[in-house]
Amino acid sequence: MKTNIIPAIRLTLFCAVFFCGFYTLSVLGIAQLASNSGKGEIITENRKTYHVNVAQAFTEDKYFWPRPSAVDYNGAGSGGSNKGTSNPDYLAEVEARIDTFLLRNPGVSRKDVPAELVTASGSGLDPHISVASALVQVKRVAQARNLPENKVSAVIAANTEKPFLGLLGTEKVNVLKLNLALNKL
Amino acid sequence: MNSEILGIIVTYGLVLLLAIPLGRYIGKVFNYENTWLDKVFNPIDRLFFTIGGINPNKEMTWKQHLGSLLTINLVWFILSMLVLTNMAWLPLNPDLNPSMSLDLAFNTSVSFVTNTNLQHYSGETALSYLGQLTLMLWQFISASTGIAICAVVYKAMKEKTADTLGNFYSYFVRSATRILLPLAFVVALILAFNGTPMTFEGKDTVTTIEGKEQIISRGPVAAFVAIKQLGTNGGGFYGPNSSNPMENPNYLTNIVETASIFLIPIALVFALGYVLKRRKMAWTIYGVMTLGFLLLLTPSVISEMNGNPAIDNMGIAQQMGSMEGKEVRFGAAASANWATYTTCTSNGSVNAMHDSMTPVTGATTLLGMMVNCFYGGVGVGFLNFYIFIILAVFISGLMVGRTPEFLGKKIEAREMKIAMMVALLHPLLILAGTAIASYLYANNPEEYAAWLANPGYHGFSEMLYEFTSSSANNGSGFEGLGDNTPFWNYACGIVMLLARYLPIIGPVAIAGILAAKKYVPESSGTLKTDNATFGFMVFTIIFIVAALSFFPALTLGPVAEYFSMSN
Repeated sequence: MKTNIIPAIRLTLFCAVFFCGFYTLSVLGIAQLASNSGKGEIITENRKTYHVNVAQAFTEDKYFWPRPSAVDYNGAGSGGSNKGTSNPDYLAEVEARIDTFLLRNPGVSRKDVPAELVTASGSGLDPHISVASALVQVKRVAQARNLPENKVSAVIAANTEKPFLGLLGTEKVNVLKLNLALNKL
Repeated sequence: MNSEILGIIVTYGLVLLLAIPLGRYIGKVFNYENTWLDKVFNPIDRLFFTIGGINPNKEMTWKQHLGSLLTINLVWFILSMLVLTNMAWLPLNPDLNPSMSLDLAFNTSVSFVTNTNLQHYSGETALSYLGQLTLMLWQFISASTGIAICAVVYKAMKEKTADTLGNFYSYFVRSATRILLPLAFVVALILAFNGTPMTFEGKDTVTTIEGKEQIISRGPVAAFVAIKQLGTNGGGFYGPNSSNPMENPNYLTNIVETASIFLIPIALVFALGYVLKRRKMAWTIYGVMTLGFLLLLTPSVISEMNGNPAIDNMGIAQQMGSMEGKEVRFGAAASANWATYTTCTSNGSVNAMHDSMTPVTGATTLLGMMVNCFYGGVGVGFLNFYIFIILAVFISGLMVGRTPEFLGKKIEAREMKIAMMVALLHPLLILAGTAIASYLYANNPEEYAAWLANPGYHGFSEMLYEFTSSSANNGSGFEGLGDNTPFWNYACGIVMLLARYLPIIGPVAIAGILAAKKYVPESSGTLKTDNATFGFMVFTIIFIVAALSFFPALTLGPVAEYFSMSN
């Protein structure tokens, strides 16, 4: 112990300098070349900036809605609901979300409501919805904007992100990009 | 083929392709052979030794190795306590986050120094950037500790008869600089160029399209996430870990982060083959680990993709599978995939909330941590597997009526006692811990009401999971558990300490004792330890130990929940 303690302290302090300092600053330095200098991916529209990777709350009829958030889309306190699949309170909450959705989306039948649109994401900041979750909202959005439905569907098609390399993973739509594209119509 | 399934197959293939050459490279690092990175790392390592006042050529016995390891880990713990309880007034705190309470700092310090990374706090609000960087330091060097001590055991297995097994500090520094650093650097840059923040600026404030204010946490995330994945650490920068879209922005980063979980654990198995010049044995071990892993992965993926039966009963469309607590950009398959890796390897990072997964995944993730050696944590995963090898050799020896021998060394009563104690420690910590917590809760459900976010069987699973995760040095959680209380902070802290150091001390002692014994050359009567028969034997031992110890507890949690849901 005694013979070990001094080298242990000295080695630890140098490790701190090396890994917290050298490693972190090297990554930081090179990250300056990344988009937005490593401050998170943003998109600028009408001189306003938005974080592409972070879901915003959308509640108005004329916008596509993101998935529910257990933390009310708090970008500084992300989190999931952590509700178990069999929890009766949780299931009642999902049931209520379905009812609300059907109420605000007249003409949509229950069997067409995608589960991911009424279940909360892991981070509470999921920026994406599935294509089905977008299509099920077309009627409402088109009505609220006085647009033909096929025009709104076309915006979805144009903003659909294919699986990675066209092969791997899920197909999805970024809600923020979709709504920005709609606003430009 | 379904693109979600293809995604997880490609991820695995990619890792296997990388792990084989990486294993050879790690073997060379352990053997002090020349590699093409020597030009860069020889001077860097010399700097570490000069400043540390260390003679890297001083040979150590197994006891001296353990002495050095425990001392330096103690230094880290004390330093960590000092930083975490004083963050508020220390520098690098642009968001003015507070210092930690004593019990939370104890839990967090133990958690990161033991390579567990259980988090009873949320990074965005509970840590300054100095706190995050300090924890990142432990992520590097606690992982190096595991790899270094694994190198010592490899060395002991290799030697014919030896009392000394190299120098601990030397293995430690080489593991940190030559293995973890270059990989972390590459992964961090891939993340940074895919939208993961890497900045020391504080929170960003934006106005949403609908005109509300939204505050967004940033920080040196990319550098932190890279090592948390590679070192089987798992502690995230953000509260919900890699499900957060800043920490894990797209499917590519998800592949890279998933691959980083199990790249080094698999490579270390191949490194064993290289060091011992027994490639067949390495492939046998790899085969057993992979079989166990696949047996856990498959039901989990199927169950998550099939979705939650209770949601099906509501009559809505569940095409994507069970999506509560999951992210659309990953989908159900990649989430189940990550959940299985992270629990099999003692990583503990998550890209979806385990608490909200189906009961089948609840059971498989728990089992992964209970076995804790299907690939396992960096370095220590093999140490756990080594215990099962010793048990299998001994039992096989008894079955065929021979003196049990492993790699030319007789296994005798003393080694067996140590192996049994280590094998039984894990169930003892998990089951005793869960029993105490259940007792407290059952006797006073009102006082402890805030503990459980879910009622019934699932509530029990939350407590079982927390102790399993602590004892496996995993760090993931059923996060519905209200775990930032003195009881959970201290109880889990103590479990993490015992479960980290005793399973290191045991295998090192066995390997050290065996290394000092007389070498008995292999003969036709020697039990072969590198063929499928022996592999099957090891698998059976693992299954029996896990089944006998844990199935009763699993039955009360996820198994009961499963049957209660399937009408």
